[in-house]
Amino acid sequence: MAEVMEMLALSPTMEEGVLAEWLKNEGDAVDEGEVLAEVETDKATMEMESFYSGTVLKLLADAGSTVNVGDPLVIIGDEGEDISELLDELAGGAPAEEAKEEAKPEAEEQPEEADEAEAPQPAEGPEDGRRIKASPLARRMAEDKEIELSRVEGSGPGGRIIKRDIEAAEKAPPAERRAPAPTAELTGVDVSFVPGEAERLSQMRKTIARRLVQVWQTTPHFYLTREIDMAPIMKHRADINAQLADSGAELKLSVNDMIVKAAAVALSRYPDLNVAFTDEGLYRFDEINVGVAVAIDQGLITPTIKNADQKSLGAISREIRELAGRAHEGQLTPEEYSAHTFSISNLGMYGIDEFMAVINPPDAAILACGAVKEVPVVEDGELTVGTRMKVSLACDHRAVDGAVGAEWLAEFVALLENPMMLLV
Amino acid sequence: MREIAFREALNEALVEEMERDEDVFLMGEEVAEYHGAYKVSKGMIDQFGPRRVIDTPITEAGFAAIGIGAALAGLKPVVEMMTFNFAILALDQIVNTAAKARYMSNGQFSVPLVVRGAGGAGGALAAQHSQSLEAQYAHVPGLKVMMPATPKDAKGMLKTAIRDPDPVIFIESEVLYGFKGEVPEEEYLVEMGKADKKREGDDCTVISWSRALHFAMQGAEKVAEEDGVEVDVIDLRTVRPFDRDMIRESVKRTNRAVVVEEGWPFASVGASISEWISRELFDWLDAPVERVHQRDIPMPYAFNLEAASLPDADGIADAIRRACYL
Repeated sequence: MAEVMEMLALSPTMEEGVLAEWLKNEGDAVDEGEVLAEVETDKATMEMESFYSGTVLKLLADAGSTVNVGDPLVIIGDEGEDISELLDELAGGAPAEEAKEEAKPEAEEQPEEADEAEAPQPAEGPEDGRRIKASPLARRMAEDKEIELSRVEGSGPGGRIIKRDIEAAEKAPPAERRAPAPTAELTGVDVSFVPGEAERLSQMRKTIARRLVQVWQTTPHFYLTREIDMAPIMKHRADINAQLADSGAELKLSVNDMIVKAAAVALSRYPDLNVAFTDEGLYRFDEINVGVAVAIDQGLITPTIKNADQKSLGAISREIRELAGRAHEGQLTPEEYSAHTFSISNLGMYGIDEFMAVINPPDAAILACGAVKEVPVVEDGELTVGTRMKVSLACDHRAVDGAVGAEWLAEFVALLENPMMLLV
Repeated sequence: MREIAFREALNEALVEEMERDEDVFLMGEEVAEYHGAYKVSKGMIDQFGPRRVIDTPITEAGFAAIGIGAALAGLKPVVEMMTFNFAILALDQIVNTAAKARYMSNGQFSVPLVVRGAGGAGGALAAQHSQSLEAQYAHVPGLKVMMPATPKDAKGMLKTAIRDPDPVIFIESEVLYGFKGEVPEEEYLVEMGKADKKREGDDCTVISWSRALHFAMQGAEKVAEEDGVEVDVIDLRTVRPFDRDMIRESVKRTNRAVVVEEGWPFASVGASISEWISRELFDWLDAPVERVHQRDIPMPYAFNLEAASLPDADGIADAIRRACYL
């Protein structure tokens, strides 16, 4: 029989939530406990788990919409089940109340559970609003030992928390009483031999983890490395910045600004690298948008310079500064960090000589830049001091072959070594 | 210590109490000339004569009522029911008269009566003669119910029952009459309402009485050998009033309980004990209280089906494992 799941109170103070993202579509199979959606509450973005196993028959709210606690969100039942009556009820018929009644007590359990735990911690209660199953003894032991039941993994029938689970939780280092000992189920990582504190993942860290695992597992990377003579461009940059300073302009060009510009111009000449490998086939982007990886407190984000090939160095420089500033404040719109077609990661400021980056989807390539350094070089058979930077281009081998990458890289090197060409 | 059979222990209790107190007498079907259907009263007619060891007609309601009347008049009758299957006929006297006299006379009368006899399954005695009916009596305020599992307890308990000022229902498992065990020669009593720890362990509490206790001991042995699980086995001995203190102490330590009884599951003594544990010791339980009992059917006649219907060591071991999440 089809069941209606409603918006749950995912924090004690939550009255409504924004359905951030459906992780299941209509027609998808779902198991009880599986994550259905991400919901932004008044406190944080939380995962909402399914109470039921079956097929997602109908999503009743659009991603991005705000839904009051208790309002119907999704219908789960048997594949092909007729839910027209249920939909009519939800549309206004009185019997809909019944469906509400059914799920309500479970949602209401939540504050009660929170009371039993040490202190009400909004974002850390039983997030899914489900009843915690625990033997009476386990409940009493948890209360005595100030162990939060929602943090304990139950080993009894149906996940019931029993005496031995509390004893295990008690033996765990104090930090792990607050957070569940990471299980080796998903990551294969067992940290139980060393004491430490488990830290909850930020929404951003979760996204990074999920996306990078997916990219790494599905995208065959190959890498092309070149050394670039940076002496000419460093000289030009110094000249330009000196003149800008003289004119009283606030603008000051960075090496990175020039790298972005050079990459964009090179892409305009080798558009075969400005593509995405998709389920439907190769997708050729109409725009050349360069994402620049910026490290922020919560993780990593790529503010994007749209149509960078068409913008002046000054415009690019100003835009990067402005976007990076807003990135640190968490103010970027999804488009501002998602519309890239190519990405650049620069660890030069950390003195890194060279490194290999992981492709940032949907891009087909990412450029990893090391530090600009003075190094011994051989010129015309003579050993001398040169200014060099090493870059490594990572390419999605499904979309491009080595020759395409190498040709783009040659153009990129030529542009940086002959910086006047950037002005053309 | 000397070993004697369960029936001999009961005989000693009767003889000693009749020697000690002239008001004590025995009455029932075939208790005198035939020395009892199970030979519990062997030799008593010779020692005490027909005034104190009295054969009755086959009229359970009638001689139960005579016993009650004698008790009201100041004697201490022991009324033998050949089996408690037949005592159903005397239920009106026992429940409506014996159990109520003290209350309805505002304490002016007491009924120091023992109704004793065989109960439970006896090996292919069929549906009408194989019943464990202790719940019928334990249900009734005003009655006490004792059910020994060993010869030693049988003797000490029967002496206590005879000396008790109120009606005591004393049910002896039919198959235990020949069961031998150590019985002290010196006098002793087993206190009313006191259970006995027949085996000790910290992993689980198994509660039983009468014949089912022996199944429970086998089940405990089995899990000790096969699973390394050590259980407390509590012999209730008195099922009403039952020993709350011993159960409380044990379950608080083991956090799990299995109640084993020979009779049916519904509205039974085991059901009441389980209910009490679930309620009183709720916060100490790590698992639901498990129950083992006879199948909820009339007892089949065939030996193999009778065995299949009764609790056994395997079923009890499984219940202990469930309670221990094994």
